Amino acid sequence: MTALQRFARASALALAAAAFLGGPSLAAAADLKIGVAEALSGGAAQYGISIRNGFQLAVDEINGAGGVNGSKISLVVEDEQGKKDEAINAFKKLIFQDKVLMLFGPTLSNSAQAADPIAQAAKIVVFGTSNTADGITSIGDHVFRNSVTEADVLPVTIRTAARVASIKKVAVLYGNDDVFTKSGYDNFKKALEDLKIPVTTTETFAKGDVDFKAQLTKIKATNPDAIVLSALLAEGAPIMVQARQLGLNVPVIGGNGMNSVKVFDLAKGSSDGLWVGSPWSIENRTPENNSFIIAYTKAYSSPPDQFAAQAYDAMHIAAAALKKVKLTGDLAKDREAVQAALPAITWTGATGKFAFKRANDKSGKPAGYDADQVPIVSTTRGKNYEIEK
Amino acid sequence: MLEQQLFNALSLGCVYALFALGFTLVFGVLGVINLSHGAVFMVGAYAALELVLRVHAPLWAAVVFAFVFSGLVGLLIDRLVLKPLRARDAPHLIPMIATIGLGLAMNSLVQGLFGAENQRFPSDVLPDQAIIIAGVSVTVLELGIILVSFVLMTVLLLALKRTQLGRALRAIAESPKAARLLGIDVEGLFMVTSATAAGLGGVAGVLIGLYSNALFPLMGQPIMHKGIAVIILGGMGDIRGAMLAGLFLGFAEVLSVAYIGSTMRDAVAFGLLFLVLLVRPKGLFGSVQERKV
Repeated sequence: MTALQRFARASALALAAAAFLGGPSLAAAADLKIGVAEALSGGAAQYGISIRNGFQLAVDEINGAGGVNGSKISLVVEDEQGKKDEAINAFKKLIFQDKVLMLFGPTLSNSAQAADPIAQAAKIVVFGTSNTADGITSIGDHVFRNSVTEADVLPVTIRTAARVASIKKVAVLYGNDDVFTKSGYDNFKKALEDLKIPVTTTETFAKGDVDFKAQLTKIKATNPDAIVLSALLAEGAPIMVQARQLGLNVPVIGGNGMNSVKVFDLAKGSSDGLWVGSPWSIENRTPENNSFIIAYTKAYSSPPDQFAAQAYDAMHIAAAALKKVKLTGDLAKDREAVQAALPAITWTGATGKFAFKRANDKSGKPAGYDADQVPIVSTTRGKNYEIEK
Repeated sequence: MLEQQLFNALSLGCVYALFALGFTLVFGVLGVINLSHGAVFMVGAYAALELVLRVHAPLWAAVVFAFVFSGLVGLLIDRLVLKPLRARDAPHLIPMIATIGLGLAMNSLVQGLFGAENQRFPSDVLPDQAIIIAGVSVTVLELGIILVSFVLMTVLLLALKRTQLGRALRAIAESPKAARLLGIDVEGLFMVTSATAAGLGGVAGVLIGLYSNALFPLMGQPIMHKGIAVIILGGMGDIRGAMLAGLFLGFAEVLSVAYIGSTMRDAVAFGLLFLVLLVRPKGLFGSVQERKV
């Protein structure tokens, strides 16, 4: 027998032994297997990697403190590349092949729309930490998220800005050829109606426009107290610069698309007075957030972002639910037990106080669970976001 | 408000015209719709940005560098792609499709080198505070764009009308074959034209990149769509036409935002364009002057 053959035989034996010993019930008794499907490559990787880091940090903390009822959490991580079909594949692998107890992910709302129904059908909890679009949790009662939706954030942003900067009437400006900025506009419009804030004029622009002065000149003539802006940074930053050039120095109330530190660079000199709402802020100095920021920075030698914070909290929320579950070794029953335990969990973490609230499906019947959490409203001053209370 | 909107229209019109000048020049001489012009525009902007960031070059030097760099890119495009196609007598659509491919390749290359996220010129290359003149807010950059586009148009027109080179170019525009028989170095002039047009695209890239404060690999795409409309309206290949049509589009867009509503902007602007073409199918200058350059 050559060395190679010997090696091959030994490996085959080892594999067979592993297959024989490593049944699902045995793994469940030793480890709590949790699936993670996030975009670790591709355009959404900057979010997905933060999210994975947040999960890993929380798992290390939980396992370091003795695990959940004596069992360690082990993560099975898959890269869904920010694509719908890859998210579906990753979900199937984690659910049917790796036989995980529950799932986290995917990174993007688009992928969640495609992949979450698979988890729902397999009766396993899927927990999103970064999906903010409407309609994700209406998929079914196994769909959870702790990401606060734009529909919840924008009214708070407007209310806070209106109170602090005494805004009575606003002009609205949005990109009408982009799904994200258009849906931001819809949410803004509803919030303004609910808060009974009159709109002086509503103007639009298109992706790739370089000149917004026609709209801004018109807006200026209607004399608003603020501009409500649903834009991505590519157009939002030049809009802020050109507004200031026209002498339109009112506050700008932005959506999620404007919530980025890049605004200080892209709208340099004109970036003051931007209001945005976010579930997490590095400036929010609570003890929980402080210890998270210190631990994350130590582990990954870069400061955390919103996505890492939400993932970190989500893992602690899941662990709190798992603590209440008495595992039987029957995978289907255990998965259902996790689903039953999760809705009642409350938590105070990096993003502050958290609870779930029931979401409805399209026909109005109760479906999955959304975040019940107050966003943090900040304004830009100099090169920083400052928290407004 | 009206004065401000009229000034907005003038500066936006000059932005479009600035982009369209090089675009129309290539068509006038080479008879090619060069759909990589948007990418060349973007390459010029990135080249200038690199120079400013790396050696802290002043803006004028960056503009010259963008002209030279984009010009070289244009030269390469002509030598490596357009010339072989000409040599094989490829039908009109082929160079157009080939330049789409070139544009995609350049976009991907720049994205690979510099990333997909927005960049901008440092804020100290130009004062971006507005000056108020007679109640109208004006920036140095807007005045610069208006000035540069009119100067470039005049220089191009004079060069084509008054110089030996211009006469040769006009002969080529009329008929490359006849020009060759007359002893004109047609291939050489094709090179000069490709390089000049691309260089103008690069300059437009710097100025418009400064204007929008946002450089990104696909920045040439939306403005190229407008540019195509402008050179069709102006009369394909006509320099004065490109200038006038650029201004037309700028005024149509701004005034429709001001008086009709911004959701209707593109519908009104392109509706007007359509009406003009119904009356003058060859564009504003197309039928007056059969010769294109």
